[in-house]
Amino acid sequence: MAEYEAVIGLEVHAQLTTNTKLFCACPTRFGDGPNENVCPVCAGMPGVLPVMNDRALEYACKMAMAIDATINLTSIFARKNYFYPDLPKGYQISQYEQPLCEHGRVEIETAAGTKTVGVTRIHMEEDAGKNIHSSTENKSFVDLNRCGVPLIEIVSEPDMRSSEEAVAYLKELRSILVYLGVCDGNMEEGSFRCDANVSVRRKGDKNFGTRAEIKNVNSFRNVQRAIDYEIGRHIDCIEDGEAIVQETRLFDANKGVTQSMRGKEEAHDYRYFPDPDLVPVRVEPSWIERWRGELPELPAAKRERFIAKYGLPEYDAGVLTAEREVADYFEAAVGVHPEPKKIANWIMSELMRELNECGESIRGCRLRPEGLAKLVRIIDSGAISGKIGKQIFGDLFRSGEDPEAYIAAKGLAQISDAGALDAVVDEVLAACPGEVARYKAGEKKLTGFFVGQIMQKTKGQANPKLVGELLAAKLG
Amino acid sequence: MTMTADDVARIAHLARLELTPEKAALFAPQLDQVLAYMDTLGQVDTSAVEPLYSPVEHAALTRPDEARREYSRDEVLANAPETDGQFFIVPKIV
Repeated sequence: MAEYEAVIGLEVHAQLTTNTKLFCACPTRFGDGPNENVCPVCAGMPGVLPVMNDRALEYACKMAMAIDATINLTSIFARKNYFYPDLPKGYQISQYEQPLCEHGRVEIETAAGTKTVGVTRIHMEEDAGKNIHSSTENKSFVDLNRCGVPLIEIVSEPDMRSSEEAVAYLKELRSILVYLGVCDGNMEEGSFRCDANVSVRRKGDKNFGTRAEIKNVNSFRNVQRAIDYEIGRHIDCIEDGEAIVQETRLFDANKGVTQSMRGKEEAHDYRYFPDPDLVPVRVEPSWIERWRGELPELPAAKRERFIAKYGLPEYDAGVLTAEREVADYFEAAVGVHPEPKKIANWIMSELMRELNECGESIRGCRLRPEGLAKLVRIIDSGAISGKIGKQIFGDLFRSGEDPEAYIAAKGLAQISDAGALDAVVDEVLAACPGEVARYKAGEKKLTGFFVGQIMQKTKGQANPKLVGELLAAKLG
Repeated sequence: MTMTADDVARIAHLARLELTPEKAALFAPQLDQVLAYMDTLGQVDTSAVEPLYSPVEHAALTRPDEARREYSRDEVLANAPETDGQFFIVPKIV
C-alpha cells in the first residue's frame, strides 16, 4: 500500500422527510400496504403533469446552505431515460445540467487533522419503486409506493484518500441532514444510501486510475469494508499487470467482496434531456434569507461550543453532538446539575450502552435528562456510591423512576452516620483478631480486607471515606 | 454525420424497439437526413445566446406539502398487466 494512494468520491442519496412525493400529493410514509400511496402521476399514466413540492425545494436548499454550497437561482429538471419495471414512466425526473446547488464543502476530522471534502453538486430527483422477485414463480412484484418520493443526490469531489475518510465524510453528512430535519438518516430503511467511486494510483501521480463504482452499501461498516476490499483488488490488478475495468460492482456483505454486475446494461446511455413537462425552478433570494434564518446550530458549531463552553475533550464533544437529540439531552441534564464532564461520562457509557442494548433512540428514553442529572448529583453528594449508581442505572433507565424516590424506596442511601457504622466496624474487628494482630504488626495492606468485610456487612452502603476514617482511628 | 445500421440498432435497443436488420438499414439514411437539418442549425453562432431550456417564461409553480390519497389501490391497479390485488406483476426481472 505504501506506494499507492486511493481516490474516493461518494454519491449519497438522501430521502427528504416531506409528507408528500416530489411531484404529486401521495403520502411518502414507509410501511404502508403495497401500492396504497400511488396516483396517476407517480404511476406514469399518460396525460398527467408533475407539480413540484415546495417543501422539497426548501429542504434541498437548506442542505446546500449547511454545507456552504451555491444555490442556483434557476435550475432545471431533466429526464434520465431507462427501462425498469419500478420506473413506470420509462424515465426518472432528475437534474443534470444546471442542478439546484453546486460547490459545497464538508469538514471532517481525520487522524492528520481537519480536512475539507468538496461537494460538486446537490440535485433533486425522484426515487423509483420497489421490486420483489419471486423465488418460486417466474414473476416479479412491483410496489410503487416509493416511486416519486423526493431525494437529494449529494455528489462529492474525489477528495477522500482512505475508507476512514469516506466514513467520516458520510457520518458528518448524515449528521448534518438529521440536524436539519430534512432526512431521517435511516440506512436500513434506505433513507440514506451511498454509492462509492474508488480508484487507485501510484503516489505522486496526477492522473486518476480507472474507477469502479460500488453500489448501495447499507451501513457505515460495510462502506468501509467495501472500499477497503476494492482498494486491495485494484492494487492486486496493478501489481499483476491486469487492466481495471470501469464498471459497477455490488458489495456482498456476507462474503465481504465486491462483484461485477455483469450484463446489467453496463453501457449506460441515459439520453438526458430537459423535461418539457417542468419549467425551470426559480428560487427567490428572499426565500433563501428566510430559510437561512431557520437553520439550527449545526454539528460542527455545536462541537466547538461544547468544547469551549463545557470544557469537554474533543472526543466527548464529537460523540455527544453526532446526534442532535443526544446533544439536547446532555444540555438539559447539565442545566439541572452543572457537572458537564460527569454528565458526559454517564451518557457516553451507561446510557448509550443501555440504548444500544435495547435498540432504542434517546428520544423515547424513559430516563429523562433531569433524572440522569439527579442521579449524578446524588452520587456527588455522597448519598450513594458511584458503584451503586451504576448498579441501579439499568432499573432507572427502564422505569424512568425518580432516582431520589428509587433510592429511598430501596433503602440504598449510604450509611454516612458514624454512630451506625461504628458498631459494624467494631463487629468486624472483633471477628478477625488474627488480621488485627497482623495489621498492628505492620501489615498495613490489610486495610483493604477490613473495608471489604465492612462493605459486605452493609451491602455496599457504607460511606467508604467514613469507613477509612473509623478504621484508622480504631487500629491506630 | 453518417448513421450506420449498427447505430440504429443500438438506439432501437435503448428504446426497446425490435427492428429487423432490413428495417435498421432502411432507417439509417433517413435518420441521416434528419440529422443533416440539425447540422444546418448547428452552423448558427450561438456563443452569445443563453440556452433556452423551456419556451415557457414563467417560473415553476409549486404546491404545498399536504398529503392526499385520491385513488384507491384497486383503481391504481386497474390497468395492471397482471395483479394479485396488491402488486403490479411483471415477468421476472432478475
